[in-house]
Order: sequence, then C-alpha cells, then structure tokens
Amino acid sequence: MNAILPPAATGFGILTLITVVPLLGAVVALFSGRHARGVALFTALINLALALVIWTRLPADGGIGLVERLAWAPSLGIEYHLGVDALGALMVLLSSIVTLMSIDAAHRVHHQPGLYYGLVLTLESGLFGSFTALNFFHWFLFWELSLIPAFFLIKLWGGPRRGPAATQFLVYTMAGSVALLICFLAVFLATGSMDFGQLTAMAQSGALTEAVTAHLGPVMFWLAIGVLAGFSVKVPLMPLHTWLPAAYAEAPSPVTMLLTGAMSKMGVYGLLRIALPIFGAQIATMRTPLLALAVITVVMGAWAAAAQKDLKRVFAYSSVNHLGYCLLGIFALAIPISGATQTNQAAALNGVILQMFNHGLTAAAIFWFMAIIQMRSGGLRGIDDFGGLRKPAPVLAGMMGIALFSSLGLPGLNNFVSEFLIFRGVFPLSWIGATISLLGLLVTAAVLLTVIQKVFTGPAPERWAAFPDLHHSERLALAPVLVLMLLIGLVPQLILNAVNPTVLNLLAHWRF
Amino acid sequence: MIQEAIPFTPQTAASSITQILWLIPASPLVASGVIALLKQPRRKPAAALAIGSLSVSLLLSLAAFAHVLAGWANGHAVRETLNCTWFQVGASSVSMGWVLDPLAAVMLVMVSFVGLLIFIYSVGYMAHDWNFVRFFCFLSLFAGAMLGVVIANSMLLLFMSWEIVGLTSYLLIGFWYERPSASAAAKKAFLTTRVGDIFFFLGMVWLFSQTGTLLFYNHGAGSLEGLALNSLLAQHAAFGITAAGAIGLLIFAGAMGKSGQVPLHVWLPDAMEGPTPVSALIHAATMVAAGVYLIARVYPLMSAGIPLMRTPGVTAITGALAVVTWVGAITAVFAALIAIAQNDIKRILAYSTVSQLGYMMAGLGLGGVAVGLFHLITHAFFKSLLFLGAGSVIHGAHEEQDIRKMGGLWSKMPATFATYAIGMLALCGFPLVFSGFWSKDGILEAAHSGAIQGPYYLLVFGALLTAFYMTRQVSYVFFGYWRGHHPAHESARVMTMPMAVLAFFAVTLGVIGTPAWPWFRSFLNGQAAHFDWHGFAEPGLLSLMAMSSFVVFLGLGIGWWLYGNKSPSPEEPDALEKAAPALWAGLRDRLYVDEFYGVTFIAFYNWWARVADWLDRRIWGGIVALVAWLFRGWAQLNRLFDNDWINGGFDKTCEEFSSSGGLLARVQSGRVQIYLRILALAVVVLVAILFWSARP
Repeated sequence: MNAILPPAATGFGILTLITVVPLLGAVVALFSGRHARGVALFTALINLALALVIWTRLPADGGIGLVERLAWAPSLGIEYHLGVDALGALMVLLSSIVTLMSIDAAHRVHHQPGLYYGLVLTLESGLFGSFTALNFFHWFLFWELSLIPAFFLIKLWGGPRRGPAATQFLVYTMAGSVALLICFLAVFLATGSMDFGQLTAMAQSGALTEAVTAHLGPVMFWLAIGVLAGFSVKVPLMPLHTWLPAAYAEAPSPVTMLLTGAMSKMGVYGLLRIALPIFGAQIATMRTPLLALAVITVVMGAWAAAAQKDLKRVFAYSSVNHLGYCLLGIFALAIPISGATQTNQAAALNGVILQMFNHGLTAAAIFWFMAIIQMRSGGLRGIDDFGGLRKPAPVLAGMMGIALFSSLGLPGLNNFVSEFLIFRGVFPLSWIGATISLLGLLVTAAVLLTVIQKVFTGPAPERWAAFPDLHHSERLALAPVLVLMLLIGLVPQLILNAVNPTVLNLLAHWRF
Repeated sequence: MIQEAIPFTPQTAASSITQILWLIPASPLVASGVIALLKQPRRKPAAALAIGSLSVSLLLSLAAFAHVLAGWANGHAVRETLNCTWFQVGASSVSMGWVLDPLAAVMLVMVSFVGLLIFIYSVGYMAHDWNFVRFFCFLSLFAGAMLGVVIANSMLLLFMSWEIVGLTSYLLIGFWYERPSASAAAKKAFLTTRVGDIFFFLGMVWLFSQTGTLLFYNHGAGSLEGLALNSLLAQHAAFGITAAGAIGLLIFAGAMGKSGQVPLHVWLPDAMEGPTPVSALIHAATMVAAGVYLIARVYPLMSAGIPLMRTPGVTAITGALAVVTWVGAITAVFAALIAIAQNDIKRILAYSTVSQLGYMMAGLGLGGVAVGLFHLITHAFFKSLLFLGAGSVIHGAHEEQDIRKMGGLWSKMPATFATYAIGMLALCGFPLVFSGFWSKDGILEAAHSGAIQGPYYLLVFGALLTAFYMTRQVSYVFFGYWRGHHPAHESARVMTMPMAVLAFFAVTLGVIGTPAWPWFRSFLNGQAAHFDWHGFAEPGLLSLMAMSSFVVFLGLGIGWWLYGNKSPSPEEPDALEKAAPALWAGLRDRLYVDEFYGVTFIAFYNWWARVADWLDRRIWGGIVALVAWLFRGWAQLNRLFDNDWINGGFDKTCEEFSSSGGLLARVQSGRVQIYLRILALAVVVLVAILFWSARP
C-alpha cells in the first residue's frame, strides 16, 4: 500500500497533443455555428496526420513507445502515464480515420451544429485518451469522457426512438464502468498501483494474486469477472449486447459510425491491454464458458441479423457477429503459452488486432452508405422500403457492394485476412469453437447478399426511379476508404509488420 | 493400361517464363480495373481491352506450355515454383507463390484460349446490351481470377482466387439484375458454393496448422510433398481416417460446391439466368471445372495413405478418393436423369454439365489426374461450343429458350446446326471421331478396372442417358418444323467463327488421348509418350469400346425413335410423359431437391433467425427490463434520499446547466439527470475512498 511510484518524468509529447487538439477543436466548433463542420473537418485532418506520425514512430521491437510519464497524484498511485505500442497506435489511427469519416458523413446537421461537432470531437479525444493511457485512473477518465458525448449525440440527434436507446446505452455502459471501477479500486487497495505495466508484471510473477488474496481474501476470480463484464458490455459479448441494436439503429448514422467503428474497439482493446495481462490466469480458468459465449455471439449475432427488417439493425447485429470473431480469438488464446501453441496464439492475436481495424473501417463505411441512403430517401431504412436502386444509382450500388463484400470476408478485401488469421490461430486451440463459428461466415454472407438483393436489384419502383447517385464529392470522399480496404486485403503487411512484433511482445508478458 | 514408364527427373529451378507467370492473371485483372473506370458508352475500348489483355495471357500461356513441353521432350518433368512470403505472424510466415507444371500449363492454355473465343463471341452476343462495358469488366475480372486459381502454388492464393471467381460468377449470373429471378439465382449460386467453401476454408486452416505451410510445392517443404504428407498420415482424425484424408474430404467439399456435385448442384441450373456467354465460359468450361482442377492439384493429398481395398490385380484407391468417385458417379446419373425432362435449352445443357463434371470427378477418383483432366479439357471445348450454339439459337429465335417452341432450325441456321451437331456428338461420345468418346472411354476403362464396380455401372447408364437427352434436344430444336412466332435467322460471323474453332477442337482433341497414343496422360504424368497400336490390345479394352459405342447408339436410337422429326406442339405432352407421367413429373421438377432444401435448410435458417431475434427481444431484453425496473426503483429511493441531503447543490447546478442548454433542456428527461447524478455520486465516493485509503 501507498507505494510511491518513481516519477520518471518525461514531459508532454505527441500523445498529449493528439488528445488535446480535438478538445480545442471542440471548443472552437462550439462557437463557430455554421462553420462548425469545417472546423471539425480541419481538426480531424490534423488528428489523422498526428496519428500517422505516431504510427511511423513506433519502436521496432513492438514495445511501448512515445512514453510520457509525469507525477500526478503519487500518493494515490495516479500518474500521467501515456504510451502506445502497435495495438494502441493502430486504434488511435482507426479512431482518427473513423472520426474523419463520420464528420464527412454528417452533412446536414440542422440543429445546433456547433454542439454536434463539438461533441464528436470530444468523443474523439476520449478515444485517443483511452487508447494511450497506461494508468487506470487516467484511462478511466477518458473511457467515461467518450461515453458522455456519445450519449448526448444519440439522445439529441437520434431517430424516433432515441430516448430509450440512449438511456439503455448509457446505463449499460455505466454499469460496466462501475464494475471496472470497483475491481480496480480493489486491486489498488491490494497493491497500491494503478499502472498497467506494473500490474502486468505482478500478474506475470504471481504477486498480484498473492497481494489481492492477502488484503481482500480470495476475490481475484470475481475481480476478473467484473473486469470482463465491464469490457464485454462495450464490445459486446452476448448476452450483454441488448443495448446495441437499439443504440446503433437510433443514433444518427454518422454517430453509429463512431459507435461501431471506434467505440466498440475500446472494449476489445480493454480486454487486450487490461483484462488479459492482469487477469490472464483467471480468464484461462473460465476459458470454456467464455469461448461458448463468443461462439454464441458469432453465430447468433449473424442469425439475429437475418431476422431484422431495419437495415441499421441488420448491420448492428452484423457488427456483433464481426466483433465476435475478435472475442473468439481472444478467449481461445487464453491457454498457457508454450513453444507449440505460441504460433497459434500469435496468429490469433494478429488476427484479432487486424480484425479490430478492419471491422472499424468496414462497419463505418457501411453506416456511411446508410447515412447517404437515408439522406436521399427521407430517413427510410427498412429493408423492404427499397428495391432496384442499382439502376438509378449504379455507383452507389457498386461502392456499397464493395463495402458489403468486404464485410462478408471476400478475399482481396481487408476482412478476409483478419478472419483467416483468427481461424488459423483458433482452430488448433479450439477446433470445436472454430468449426461452429464458421456458420457465422455462412450466415453473414446470406444476410448481406439478401440486403444487396432487396435494396439494389429487381425492377426499380416508380418512387426510386430518380434516386440520385453519388455526387462527385461523395465518390471522392468514399474512394480512399474503399482503396484502403483493398490495400489491406492485398498488402496486409502494411499493418501486420508493425503489429506482429507487438503481438510477440504482448505474449511474452502474459501469463495464463 | 499404358506402359509404366519411369517418371522423368524433376526440374524445379524457376525459369524466366515462370518468373513472369504472374502476368498471365495480372493482365486481365488490370484490364478489368481499367474498364471499371471507363464511362458507360465506351464499348469499343472496353471490348478491345478485355480481348487484348486475354490475348496477352494466351500468348504467355502458350509460351509457358511450350516451355513445359520442351522440358518434357528433354526428359524433365517440369515443376517450377516461385514463392515469396506474404507476411509474418509470430515466428511463422504466410507464403504465396505460383507453379508451372504440366497440369497448370494445360489448364492455362485451355482457360485463356476458350476464354478468348468466348470474349470474341460476346462482342456479338452482347452488342445491344446497355451495360456492355460492365459486362467486359466482370468477364476480365473472372478471367484473371480463374487464371490465378490455375497458377496458384499456395492453397491460400488458390482459395482467394477461387472466391473471387465465385464473386464474378455471382455478378455475371445476376448481370440482368432487374430480373428478380436473376438476382435470386446469383445469390443462390454464391451461397450454395459458399457452403462448400466453408469446408474448404476449414480444410485449409487445418492443413496450415498441421503442416505449417500452405505452399503446395516448396523444394520438399511444401504441404503436398513427402515430409508434410507423412506427418499428416501419422495423425488420425476420427473413424480411422487420417488427417490427410479428412483434410482432403474437406477440400473436396469445396470442389463439390464449385463443380456442382450432388447435393450442392442446385445452383448451377439456376445460374443459366446469366447471359449465355457467361454460361459457356464460367458455368461450363472453366469455373465449374475449377473444382475438378482443385482435386487434381491436391491429388497427392487425396491419394496419400493406405488404399481401402487391396485386391490383387486392380487399382486400389484411398477412402477420400472413393468418396470422390461415388459422389461423381452419382452426380453423373442424377443430373443426366433430370436433363431428360427439361424444356429450356440452357437448362438441359446445365444439367448435362453437372453430369459431365461427375464423370470428371469419378475419373479423377478411379483413374488419376490425367483421366479426369482429359475429360475436363475435351468437355471444356465441346460444352462451351454447345452453349455458344444455344446462345446463337436463342438469339436467332428472338430470345426464345423453350425447345418446344423451336424446330427445323437446321435449314435456317446451317452454321449453328453443323457446329452444334459436332458438339452434341462429342458430348454423347460418338465413337472414334469425336474427342468426347476418347475422354469418356478413359473414365469408363478406369472404372471398369477399378476396385469398386458400382460407379462403373452408373457411368455406363449415364452415357446412355446423355446420348438420349441430347438427341431429344437436337430433335426438338433443329428438326421437324418451326413452331416459333417470328422466323429465325442465322447469327453474325463474330459469333459463328468462335463456334467453328471450338468445333474443330471438339473433334481433333481426341487424337492426344487414344490408347494407341496416350500423349496427354504421359505428358501430365511426366513420362515419355509412345505411339503404339498395341495400346488397343489391352485385355478387355476393345470390348469395352464396343460396349460403350453400343450404349451411345442405343441412346441416339431411342431418342430419335421417340422425338426425331416429330415436332410436337408446345401444349402436347412429351413422348415420355405419356409413357410414365409420374416419373416424368418427378424429373421435370428436378427430383424435388430444391423443394427439399426449401422445407429443411432454408426453413431452418428462417426459423432459427426468428429464434435468435426472439431470444434477444424477449429473454435478454426481458432480463434487462427487469434489472432496469429494479434500478429505477432504487433510483427513486435514492432521489428521495439525496434530494434533501447531500446533493442539493449538485442538483442546482444540473438544473442551471439544463435550463441554459436550450435544446438540451427540451429533450432531457428526468431520468438522465438521475444517471448523471449517480455518476457524480460515484465519482465523489471514489475520490473519498481514494483519499481515505491513501492516508499516510
């Protein structure tokens, strides 16, 4: 208790900068009225540039780099401690891309544009902060900071049933947050540390369990459950997902892009950065039930999507399914690492991290197309409301088709690589889980092809005969996203070359 | 059987043609990308790009073929590979690569040559289509992906190309997307083949985790080479099957999907919704044969291990190959039966394709790579010829596809008739002068001398049916009198010329596969080819040939007896229908396989989707509602408690905030404030605990 940490102060750096810039942008946007979108776009572009700089300045050995460490409240174990490895930097990059896409997609915000874009930028800051923080207190602040703007974005600009959706979203995530908070308070009481690195080292040596047991009794297992629950809500893991379809469907589509593209990754990130390193041994003991839940998430998520009549709910459940593969990989790899299993665990973990990025990109793109379709149809989003749109809008059909095929895992596009790696890793670790999860791939294909069939093919009804195709500006904005999908599908080493050393580094510090 | 020659010494160093082998698929792929960016009305550049790029591929393929041939003539079994690492995961790497060997060389030439002819034909066939440019974009993409399948030296690259081939098939079946039937057929094709692909994917993942590589050949370290195969054979999966056998069967499931083997054949007849050149290229000559090619490619895996039945004097096969054989033989008869009772000119050919693919599979299973592949090559020529002929007929008959509304076309469309007749006789296996006879005979011969006799009888029966249904079709279409509305006309030269070229090969290709000169087999097996009349002197061979000829004549005879020159009106029941109405109805309705799937798998899919949704809304949602209700009750208590007490000041702040927020105030319900308050309370408590616990 009360171990005073050595304040290895290194000063502020680019990670602080990237977190502060969107906050500044938010303040400016709040007071710039009609020009708020421009301000937001400009800020998001700066952030993207900063994220790229961070990505290029990662240490080659896969460890944590760009560290900023300042004493904050040493007596409380609270430090200002930032740093990223490829996992964190990739998430920062993803967040900046998705935020830029989201701002670009939000063309017509009639009510309070200043507030809207300000909240979006605040959310971005929350994402950056939580993907770079290495101290629980700091991390938790930003975890919560991202929640509040998301809540108001749903609540104020959402669809007809936004009220209950926003509330459910907030309550659910708050419940998860409370669980996390309680667990980490317990850990802090036992160890006097909130530093992820320190706690990971203690977990690896077994000192953590000893300390917790000595101070609080045999509660380590329950702490692990609490932490898992906190993250599982956010990802989500079935059955903790019921907030998601309503929130994704009722949020305005640009906000859904943020929810699914970036915020859902906070949960997976938390599992990788916090839950597995610190509670790995406990998670390993409940691996089988967790794997079962992950398989259920994959399969039932896909199947629930098949039953939906609302396009946004279809894609919401499809998101559940896609993140289910991440959970499958994460839980499958929670077995003691040995020479024989290490290759499989490394493949699965590479796949999981790449899948986080890929899903973020693809899901955000799909909801962007939804925003475009809704804008042109006066907000319609029922799967049976459309038909034959390919005739009047061939470019829209083609480009959205690419995004949908990326989502169903077509080789040559991004998702295939990560799903292949996940299955490659999971199969030898849990062949039953991998085999059943394959059903998810099949059902997802059925769901997405049905969407294409019902929305884009068939005779074009009278009312959609003049459905406007994508404008030049929209094509130009969407093209880089689609090109990126293709690029990752064909040259995944762009990302994996940096991720793989981090994966090895992470595995070297985990103990199951 | 042929003389057992000693296989040639392998030559594996990559030559210059192997170095640039990637250009063969890349050329049409690039063309496809460029065409995709062209504006719609630019028809000529689109067609020119597509045809030009595929010509480049054809020339390179011929060069590659010549290289393999030269090596072979010098006594080398060429198998040159070029591999590279795609990316690293952990300490292992995922590799890609391509291979040039006789198998790949033969397929390369076939695919690019038939493809080129069909590209040219399409210029005429699609001349009036408004989406002409898009058509050539998809067609080029298909050609590139298909050539990628052929040269792949990595299961992963093969799978990736394979899936993109599936995508183009989907796009081209649904090319006339305004027709609901076309888009439904496209979806059905993609999903049915994906059922097989899921298993293929699983097999690939298993193979990778078991052997650590997905390269087929890698100088002894590939997954199809001795080291890896031995380790796979040492592993037992279940039911006494080795890992090699199990992986082989999973891969075969993928081949079943693509090659329309029973029970995954249902998509192929529906795929006829696509434009006819697509049916000819993708759903007759190349893509559907990719499954056969895949099995030929992984043949070392399929044939590794202990044969099932070891009877002296007959060729024994492994369990995996026995499955391939049975599935192929059953498919051959099953589809031929259905083909008898179809009235759509393209559907008859589609079922015929399914049936012939069954022959190829059976040939692979019983006779090895060369037997199956020879039928693949001859079939590619005569079946694409038949499809192009059917397209020409459909065009000439003003988009009519019902054979009962045609008739007497032999005089109206002489060029189409002549070439179609050649294709039809080749398909039936008309003795001696047609290629189909020799390739089918190779399969029958292998089946006859094989360890299991069941498939042999099935295949002979299938041959009878084939001759019968093709005679029926040709009688309806070309003989008797014209029953359509507008007079038919012959098609343009741009369409008939490719048909003439294909007809030429439908006849002459037989030369390279006769028992006297089994050139094709020797070439694929890396043995020297001899010309020797004694090839016919194999025991039982001549009687087998006589028997199969008899079967063909029998089929032709019955067909002509029932249908020749009869010209029944469209309303009149079919000759067979009068004889056996119940059987006819069953065959006409495709033996109810689609209906069966409708009430089983598709019904289950829909029902389970509703279950998933119901679980979500009622069960999980119900639990959440309960928790929320309890929470709300607690919150009410809490409000009573802290309104008076702790948080008076905080409430005031909250109210000020919400009243100044304008819009915020309008939509904010009391509930939100409760949650904000709880959040604030939690933070206060947290900080209090922190300070308390951090006391010195």
